[in-house]
Amino acid sequence: MNIRLSKVFERCKREGHAALVGYLTAGDPDIATSRELLHALADQTDILEIGMPFSDPMADGPVIQAASERALEAGVHIGDVFSLTRSVRETHPDLGIVLMGYANVPYAMGFEMFAENAQDAGADAVLIVDIPPEEGHICDAALKKHNLDRILLLSPTSTDERIRLASENGSGFIYYVSLTGITGADMGDINLIRNKVTHIQSMSDMPVCVGFGVKTPEQATQVAQFADGVVVGSHFVSRISEAKDNDAILATLIDSASQMRKAVTSVSTAATA
Amino acid sequence: MNASFQHTDFASMYDLEIKHPPDAGGHFGRFGGRFAAETLMQPLKEIEEAFFDAWNDDAFHAERLQLLENYVGRATPLYHAERLSRRIGGAQIYLKREDLTHTGAHKINNTIGQGLLARRMGKKRVIAETGAGQHGVATATVAAMFGMDCDIYMGREDIARQMPNVLRMRLLGANVIPVDSGTATLKDAVNEALRNWVASCENTFYIFGTAAGPHPYPLLVRQFHTVIGQEARAQILKQAGRLPDVAVACVGGGSNAMGLLHPFRDDESVRLVAVEAAGYGLSTGKHAASLAAGKAGILHGNLTFLLEDEEGQVTGTHSISAGLDYPGVGPELAFMLEEGRLQLDAATDDEALEALQLLTRSEGIIPALESSHALAAGARIAKTMHSNQIVLINLSGRGDKDMNTVFKHLGWLENES
Ligand SMILES: Cc1ncc(COP(=O)(O)O)c(C=O)c1O
Repeated sequence: MNIRLSKVFERCKREGHAALVGYLTAGDPDIATSRELLHALADQTDILEIGMPFSDPMADGPVIQAASERALEAGVHIGDVFSLTRSVRETHPDLGIVLMGYANVPYAMGFEMFAENAQDAGADAVLIVDIPPEEGHICDAALKKHNLDRILLLSPTSTDERIRLASENGSGFIYYVSLTGITGADMGDINLIRNKVTHIQSMSDMPVCVGFGVKTPEQATQVAQFADGVVVGSHFVSRISEAKDNDAILATLIDSASQMRKAVTSVSTAATA
Repeated sequence: MNASFQHTDFASMYDLEIKHPPDAGGHFGRFGGRFAAETLMQPLKEIEEAFFDAWNDDAFHAERLQLLENYVGRATPLYHAERLSRRIGGAQIYLKREDLTHTGAHKINNTIGQGLLARRMGKKRVIAETGAGQHGVATATVAAMFGMDCDIYMGREDIARQMPNVLRMRLLGANVIPVDSGTATLKDAVNEALRNWVASCENTFYIFGTAAGPHPYPLLVRQFHTVIGQEARAQILKQAGRLPDVAVACVGGGSNAMGLLHPFRDDESVRLVAVEAAGYGLSTGKHAASLAAGKAGILHGNLTFLLEDEEGQVTGTHSISAGLDYPGVGPELAFMLEEGRLQLDAATDDEALEALQLLTRSEGIIPALESSHALAAGARIAKTMHSNQIVLINLSGRGDKDMNTVFKHLGWLENES
C-alpha cells in the first residue's frame, strides 16, 4: 500500500473526522484555470481526485461529461494531466492524489508507461472505472511496480463475493458508489448507504469512501458519520459551468470546498472509529 | 451439450452446441472480457447465468425456434442471384435473405433471444441502442409482443437520417430518446443506454444490438444469430451440392457477420470475409473501418479494435450507413482476424450506393445500405473467380429505411435538411 494514502487516513482518524475527497476533471475549463482550481481544492481536501478527460465517459452524468468535453476541446492531453498533478504535488506534499478515469487512455499509453508517469508526477493511486478486479491482469503489475494503489469501486449491487474480490485486489481505499446510477445523480436512502458501508467495513480492512451523489454540506455531514471518507465530485465540477467567469469560478469553488470541509470535519468520528 | 430436443423438423436444422466459446471471463484470446463499471458486474453475471441456463433448457429453444419460424419467418431463403452473377461475370453469387425476416433485418434473431431471456429474468422493461434503427425496431417489436416497456437510445444524427425507423419504433409503442452527447451517433447511444442501465438494472434488461459489449453479450448475440449461417450452410449444400468458396458479410459491430460466418469457421476451405465501411475512403480518415485502421483499445465493456487518436480518445466515424457507423467491433472478429481466420475488405459510400443499384436493377431486390457494403466487396471478389465457384453474401437487411439517403445521393430529392 502506498504510504501517503494510509497516512492521510491515519491523520484524519487522529483528528477525528472523515477524509474529504474532492474531484475535478484535469484541464477543465482550460489548463491555466484548472491549475488554480486544483490547487484551491487541494487546500481544502485530504485527497484530490484528478479526472483524466475521456471521449466516452460512460459512468458519468451530464455535469462530468461536460467537464470532459470542455477539457478535450481546450486541447488537454494526458501529458497535461501529469503536469497538473505534478504542480499540485509540489505545493501539497501530504495530500493524497488519485488519478481517475477510463481504461482506454492508460491502455493506449501502455500501463507500464502510464504508471511510471503517474508515479513520477506524484500520484498515489489510480481509479479506473471500467477495470473491475476481474480485468486487473492488464494493469495490476504495472501499478504495483510503481507503488500506486489501485482503488476499486463497490456499489449497492455488489455481493459479498465482490466485496471480497475488491478487498483482495484493491488497495488504498474502497470507493463505495452510493447509488445505482451515474455520477451526479441523487443520493439514495442514507440508511441503506450506512448499512452497506458498515457491512463493507466489517469485511475489509480498507477505509471506505462514499461518493456519487453527495451534493450538499448536509449530505456530507450525514455520510461523514459512518464513512471513512466523503467524495464530492459533480457538485464541485458544476461550480465551473455555473459561474460566469474564471474569477467567479475560483471564488465559488473555494466557498463550496470550505463549506464541505466544515460539514465533514464537524462530525467527530472518534466514537465510531 | 448437443441438440437434445427435436420437436419439429425446423428445429432439427440447428446445432445448439456452443462452438469456440470464450474463456470463463469472456475473453477471445486477448480480446473481449468484461470491462464494466462495478454496478453492472453483478447484473452482467446474472445475464450470463440466465443465458447458460436458458441455452441448456429445451423449452427455451422450443419457444425461441417456434417464434423464429412462425413470427420471424425463418428459415430465410438462400437465393442464387443468377442475373447478378452473370452481370458481374465471375463466381456464382448466393444471397442469404435476412432482408425477408419480419422487421426487415437480421437484428430480430437476437432480439427474440434476448427478449425471451428478459422475460425469463422477470424484467418488465427493455432498453436498446440503435444506429440505423433496425435494432431499435426489432427491440420495439419484441417489446410489443411480450408487453414490455421499451426505451430506445438513438443519436440525434441517426434520428435525422433514419426517420422512417424512428416513426416505426414510436408506432410500436417505444420511446425513442435522442442522444446529443459526443458525436450524436451509435457509440454515444451505447453510452447513454449504459448510463440508463446502471440506474435501472434492477427492473430493466439491456438488449444489446451487436456482437460486442461486455461478456456475455458477444457470445450471446453470436449464438442467437448463428441460425443465419447454419441455415445457409445446409441450404447451399442442398442447392449447389457444396460449400461456398467465400462467405461475405458487412461489419458494424459484427452481429450479422458472426451469424453468417461463425458456422463456417471450421470449414477451412471457406474464406471468411468481413467488409467494413470505408466511408469516403480509408486514406481520408473518414470511415468506420476499425478492424482495418484501428488499434486495440477498451470501449463499451470489451477490449477490441477501436478507431481512436494517439491518446486513446475515441474518434468520430463516417459512413453513409448508420448501422456501420461505429468506432469499435466485436471482440471475436478481432480475434479471428489476428488468428488469420478472417479476411478484411472494405467498401466506400459510393461503392455501396452503386452495389445497391446494381442488385436492385439486376434482381429486383433493394438491399439496406449496410448490406450493400457486403455486396460491393462480394461482387469485387466474385469478379476475380471462376463461374463454377461460389460467393455467399449476407443480405442482412432491406433498403426501405435508406430510401431518403439514396434518393438524395441520386439527386432525386431536394436537400432540405
Ligand atoms: C441491415 C443491417 N446490416 C448490418 C448492420 C450492422 O450491424 P452488425 O455488424 O451488428 O451486423 C445493421 C445495423 O444496424 C443493419 O441494420
